[in-house]
Amino acid sequence: MTTVDTRLADRLDRRTGTGSLLRVEGLRVRFGGTEVVKGISFTARPGQCLAIVGESGSGKSVTARTLVGLTGANSRVSADRLDLAGTDLRRTSERAWRKLRGSRIGFVLQDALVSLDQLRRVGDEVAEPLRLHGWGTRASRPAKAVELLRAVGVPEPEVKALQRPYELSGGLRQRALIASAIALDPPLLIADEPTTALDVTVQAQVLDLLAAAKERGTSIILISHDLSVVARMADEVAVMRDGEIVEHGPAGQVLHDPRHGYTRMLLDAIPSEHTRGTRLTRRPSRATVSEAGTAPAARTRRPVDRDRPVLQARHLTKVFRGPDKVDRTVVDDVSFDLFGGETLGVVGESGSGKTTLARMALAILQATAGDALLHGEPWSALPPSRRRPLRRRIGVVYQDPLSSFDPRWSVGRILTDALGTATRPPRSDSEARERAVRLLEQVGLAARHLNAAPLRLSGGQRQRVAIARALAPEPSVIVCDEPASALDVSIQAQVLDLLTDLQDELGVSYLFISHDLGVIHHMSDRILVMKDGRVVEHGTAESVFERPRHPYTRRLLTAVPRLGSA
Amino acid sequence: MSAPTYAPARTLSWVRRLPSVGTVLCLLVVGFVLVAAIAPGWVTDRSPTAIDLTAALQPPSWQHPFGTDDAGRDLLTRVIHGSRQSLGIGLGATALAFLIAILLGFTAALAGGVVDAAITRVLEVAFAFPALLLALLVIAVRGPSLATSVIAVGIGSAPGYARMIRGQVLAVRQAGFIEAATALGHSRFAVIRRHLFPNAMRPLVAVATLGVGQSIVWASGLSFLGLGVPPPSSEWGALLDAGRLHITTSWWLEILPGLVIVLVTLSVTSLGRTLQNRLGGASR
Amino acid sequence: MRKSIRRIGFKVAASVVVIVAAASVTFFAQLAVPGDRATALMNLQTGQDKAWTPEELAPLNERYGFDDPIAVQYLDYVTGLFRGDLGTSYTQKRPVTEVIGGQLLPSLTLTVAALAVAWLLALGITLLTVKRGRVLSGLGSAWEALTASLPHYWVGVVLLVVFAVQLRMFPIIGGTSAWGTVLPVLTLAVPLAGFLGQVTRDEFVHVLDQPFVTTARTRGMSDLSVRLRHVLRHAVLPAVTLSGWALGALVSGAVITENIFGRPGIGQVLVTAVNTRDLPTVSGIVLVVAAVYVVANLLVDLAYAVIDPRLAAAGAR
Repeated sequence: MTTVDTRLADRLDRRTGTGSLLRVEGLRVRFGGTEVVKGISFTARPGQCLAIVGESGSGKSVTARTLVGLTGANSRVSADRLDLAGTDLRRTSERAWRKLRGSRIGFVLQDALVSLDQLRRVGDEVAEPLRLHGWGTRASRPAKAVELLRAVGVPEPEVKALQRPYELSGGLRQRALIASAIALDPPLLIADEPTTALDVTVQAQVLDLLAAAKERGTSIILISHDLSVVARMADEVAVMRDGEIVEHGPAGQVLHDPRHGYTRMLLDAIPSEHTRGTRLTRRPSRATVSEAGTAPAARTRRPVDRDRPVLQARHLTKVFRGPDKVDRTVVDDVSFDLFGGETLGVVGESGSGKTTLARMALAILQATAGDALLHGEPWSALPPSRRRPLRRRIGVVYQDPLSSFDPRWSVGRILTDALGTATRPPRSDSEARERAVRLLEQVGLAARHLNAAPLRLSGGQRQRVAIARALAPEPSVIVCDEPASALDVSIQAQVLDLLTDLQDELGVSYLFISHDLGVIHHMSDRILVMKDGRVVEHGTAESVFERPRHPYTRRLLTAVPRLGSA
Repeated sequence: MSAPTYAPARTLSWVRRLPSVGTVLCLLVVGFVLVAAIAPGWVTDRSPTAIDLTAALQPPSWQHPFGTDDAGRDLLTRVIHGSRQSLGIGLGATALAFLIAILLGFTAALAGGVVDAAITRVLEVAFAFPALLLALLVIAVRGPSLATSVIAVGIGSAPGYARMIRGQVLAVRQAGFIEAATALGHSRFAVIRRHLFPNAMRPLVAVATLGVGQSIVWASGLSFLGLGVPPPSSEWGALLDAGRLHITTSWWLEILPGLVIVLVTLSVTSLGRTLQNRLGGASR
Repeated sequence: MRKSIRRIGFKVAASVVVIVAAASVTFFAQLAVPGDRATALMNLQTGQDKAWTPEELAPLNERYGFDDPIAVQYLDYVTGLFRGDLGTSYTQKRPVTEVIGGQLLPSLTLTVAALAVAWLLALGITLLTVKRGRVLSGLGSAWEALTASLPHYWVGVVLLVVFAVQLRMFPIIGGTSAWGTVLPVLTLAVPLAGFLGQVTRDEFVHVLDQPFVTTARTRGMSDLSVRLRHVLRHAVLPAVTLSGWALGALVSGAVITENIFGRPGIGQVLVTAVNTRDLPTVSGIVLVVAAVYVVANLLVDLAYAVIDPRLAAAGAR
């Protein structure tokens, strides 16, 4: 194992013509009795970016922390080799580590809101590594902090330096965090999911910032769960699963000619324009016929019924009054028709009003103006008592299924409760059970899950239960609000496949909400692009993605990370 | 003030976590006191009122493990016979406090608007009085007695619980499963009855347990000041009050009954904490 | 800045409203005494228990204004509040303000000293033991759990018996001398320190796991600096919020402590007044304490905004 990796490293050394900065061989990390990193090897080179990609629990973040000597309590680290520019990190004392951190190795965590101390000024946070490593004087450091903030593209750096992290936008916070990590110009920069909580346009800017550091000769180790984010700037990609590197090589080869089945599965699972009309997983999510190894299967769509809109929005508007008595228009005059058997995608960045729109379409939130029609009849305008019997026609699946289940209830009780609202409620307990089991099977679960508490299920299983609950009253429309956004890409693929399978089988319509353009493109027949509460562009998936008219849509599309860019 | 977030309960299975040694010890202490309260005759065959002036103010011995008081009565026997009143006040006061608090808390949270604002103001005013002072005001009005102690401690601790319950109901109302149930087409009443009420009440079981411990301490504190249950009762606080005269000579009259109160409250409190961890916490 | 001044102004106004409302509560408490107030008062002053003729009661009714309509009495009481008049004591027949006057300062000294000592103890123990190996942190949290649930009267009695009666290190009745104040302050501070320590420890452990702490470490910061520069400020926030409430518990505890150590203060006066059912005095003390409490909570609010600027920002936004 080690020799192979060493040979690979040497080969890459020769190919790129650069030496190594950090060399890791046979790295193992144990927590108590479980080994979470199982003998991995890689090399980081100056001016190059190594991406370590994996799903949750793959051990990628633990690896990143180990490289700065912060693996955590109760951990045991061993390695055959762990060299940073000639220093053996295996024999480094805590005191010596402190000298390295911040000056030789910079570290960027995800979600800068919690990664910066909220009670301190941004300037102080940025200047902290300078102070710790004795750079300059108390008087000269603030100016350097402002200079650093300017260098990472923070507008009005003098003002922002005096503000606190929560007063800055997400993108600016992440820039400040990077400014602090590169303050002393460390030769190695480790970024652990640096763009995960950010909108695509901001994400692109932050990645550009890292790319600029790379141009200046910094060696970057980028940790991510997202292969397409990595494609933008990685020179080398290592794919991790269960503490092992299953595939490692130049970015172009790993992303376009993967050798390992797991890498192929991950790549297939990424929804995009290429995956439209096909399944994302090779094996059907419901174990019917095993087709492992074959090409992704195409969908057999039911015809969309263009004459009969099932859900309509007419000039929906929502104005919220803030605590400061200032009105904010969150959704501004939005209209749409959703036809039988169709998927209408609503895409927008955070704060664009898409979730508020969904809640008004569900008539859970009272619209300030406009109304929603269900099957061409009044819906949102009805008094609650007359609306209640109609609710069985429209279901909902939320992003976080766990919080949408009563924590005291088992899966069985959740489903029987939902069945009770159907047109034809079960007449006996045994019928209810039978129908609950049928629902579970429909979403790829089984009777043994009936007694489970949702808390004990995995994220994907919980979302399947949520879908089963939505299906129970046999609705004609399901509103899906970011239904797969919190899941790992392989699980996301299974859930999306399940939704398309159910549409092909039952002819149900989806109002599908997501921030992810790839998911939207994969799922939707027609698309609404929302920005600041307004629909800036709408049309069929092809026209919006191929011939975007609005500048915002164009900006969104260029910011989307694509595999092809590697 | 930001809305408190509702965290669903952590553990649903009771069997999964066996009680620790500490929990078992606490259960034993509480169990013993409960038996003493219900049937003191089972625990001791001595009389709490048997006066023996020849044996007055004796320090602890095998004969009298807690010593004797100035009338030669066996202190341990008096403590055992006092547990009914002490525990009764603790339970009664907590029950009264929760009755008031649930009424106010749920009304405020569910009615919202003017009603909520009014109740919140009332609670704010009640908070301006430290609990013991509110209790003393009640005693000054009604004169000291067993019933007064229950009412005084109950009223004194109600505002805190009311505010907590209001917060809890508001937090649960924000929970995703409430909206999910509404989206399924259940009526507002059904949602309150089936989801909101049970989930809001769930953490209160633990809080009530903690409250019993607190009430016992407060009530015995009142008696200690001579403002609780009047003598010759052997309620624990009253024992402390009676012993204060002899504090320079007979330490056991103060220290030992006090130790019993500490032991019982500590047990009840730690059982409450264990329960809280199992049922999921309530916001403070 | 102007916004924060407006915020403070609003809070002050709200506090005044709360105090007036508290006065209404104490006023109606005086009415709630069962039976005729003049009769009760006459019985109290003469030590008899009988029905008096209207002629005998007339001077009392005249003096205390019991015959006036309730609304007039209420207005008198509330406006009296702003003139510094809290009514007349039933037993001592002097203005309540005079009865309380000299007693307020020793009680205030005691509670404030106890709060300070409690904070010192809590911070000391927490900083020394939190997340410092299993044994040390276990000892720390066990100590906090134990002391937090100790009743004041028991702590006081144990301290008295051990240090004053047995070891004779401190006077049994200490008065207001500095040496005699040590035991009363400890009586109040020990349980409160346990409570504040518990709250601070929980938050400390929580904050130590936050990403920004990891960020600080990745900059090369030492564990001690991380604790002092980053974690501590976050960890004291909940305990600061609770300090306002804690002051109320301290006042309650002070009543008991002053009785144990025979220390002058409102505690002694209050217990005597409750015993003799001298309601104007009880009401007066309760009201003064409520006012002090409200002011203290106002101060805590302001202190909080200094430590946590997020709050000021949220209020101003």
